[in-house]
Amino acid sequence: MSARTGVLTEGRELRIVGFLCNWCSYGGADTAGVARFEQPTDLRIIRVPCSGRIDPLFIMRALVSGADGVLVSGCHPRDCHYAEGNYYARRRLELLKQFLPITGIDPQRFEYTWVSASEGARWQDVVTKFTNRIHDLGPAPRMQGGSGYDELCLKQIEEGVKQGAACPCHKERAL
Amino acid sequence: MSTLEQLKEQIRKALPDLDVVIGWEQGYDAMHATPLFIREEADIDRLIWSPLCVHSLGTYLTGLTKSSKVQKVGLVVKGCDSRAIVQLTQERMIPRENVTLFGVGCSGCLSHARLEYKVEQGGHYVEDMHAITFNGDKVEVAVDGGVESFDFDTVCLEKCLTCRFPNAIATEHFAGEEVPVAPKREKAPSLEAFEKLPLDERFAFWQDQMRRCVRCYACRNTCPMCVCRDHCISTSRNPHWVSQEASTAENFMFQMIHTMHLAGRCIECGECQRACPVDLPIMLFRRTMVHAVKDTFNYVSGADPEATPPLLTFKAEEDNINERGW
Repeated sequence: MSARTGVLTEGRELRIVGFLCNWCSYGGADTAGVARFEQPTDLRIIRVPCSGRIDPLFIMRALVSGADGVLVSGCHPRDCHYAEGNYYARRRLELLKQFLPITGIDPQRFEYTWVSASEGARWQDVVTKFTNRIHDLGPAPRMQGGSGYDELCLKQIEEGVKQGAACPCHKERAL
Repeated sequence: MSTLEQLKEQIRKALPDLDVVIGWEQGYDAMHATPLFIREEADIDRLIWSPLCVHSLGTYLTGLTKSSKVQKVGLVVKGCDSRAIVQLTQERMIPRENVTLFGVGCSGCLSHARLEYKVEQGGHYVEDMHAITFNGDKVEVAVDGGVESFDFDTVCLEKCLTCRFPNAIATEHFAGEEVPVAPKREKAPSLEAFEKLPLDERFAFWQDQMRRCVRCYACRNTCPMCVCRDHCISTSRNPHWVSQEASTAENFMFQMIHTMHLAGRCIECGECQRACPVDLPIMLFRRTMVHAVKDTFNYVSGADPEATPPLLTFKAEEDNINERGW
């Protein structure tokens, strides 16, 4: 659709979760909307009171439950509405980012950044860049299946049924 | 006087003022030690101290010190165990003044998993091991009438290879000689090997491992840092972080909760992995987090009772975080 964003119609939409702080980034996204800046539509925004509210487990939960990317955005350092929430957030999020590679989840699927309420153009830029990046990575791999024991049982039952089906008396009965 | 004799003497002197002292005694067979609760002087004779004493006894503290029947607790601690106490003190999770520590120097503990693997490789049954002696750098195991000898480094716990705290720190008493600090490896060999894999192979590895998890919560229950007890969010319905569904993703999520709640707190005692009944290599997660904390905040958990844990503080300009770089 748009030459600038380039991701609006190509292929299917991916699921990107955005955690935005109420005071800066949510306002920034609003500014971008009011100014009618064109943005990709993959991002689902969750508004939180402050980036300090964001537990790294929110991001893990989103990634485990099938998000293809997670974007966190808050007030610029020194600009936090609650004075220091984003400082704590920065430490937590940085640790999460460094931790992600060991789980085999691409750390590129998670990003945190700062956007203020007046930076509509910057918000457009952030969303577009991040969405493009997630589209380049493609859908995220997901943890499959239940506990190994359940599947083993199902396999045994299936084999039993197969054996049963091959037995002549079963065949006669089926006839 | 040997370390054990000294330790017994110290405990004997301190016991009248304490409700219970926790140490180790010989377990159900020659290969295992088990925690010993010393309440009377006669119990002291059963105390042992050897590389079999793997358990981190600090795990009992948060529960015990809340009980109305127990006021003063004594604890025998190795280097790694004492770090757990330091960390809990920092977080004000235990009334430190009611805890008396009996420190020892430790030159490494036995990994039963590694030893059993080696013994099985040698064509023996694990059940046939009936005696074990620690002879300097060698471990001699009597099995099937013969004696198998192994290098201690090949059968010790992995944490002991990288140990920088062999001597108990911040203790009231210390028994025996101090052990020289001599880490044999910079980084745990298993982590080093795992980090060579590309991301997709790592993910496939965890997919395979996490489906084996039976969510028995042994890793959490044995963790000296897991202080929430009955209020752990991974077993609560409100908030409902982890569903009851026995799926690989939920098992993985549980491990993520454990790792995240240990960020900047984990003292790498390795009890979670040792306690795991299906041998999941979950220390890979913990160690990565520990390295991340060390690299980013230059912080080592459980080393200094006065320090502030890195996630409870901040700097307006962080030294090692470049968050505007993307």
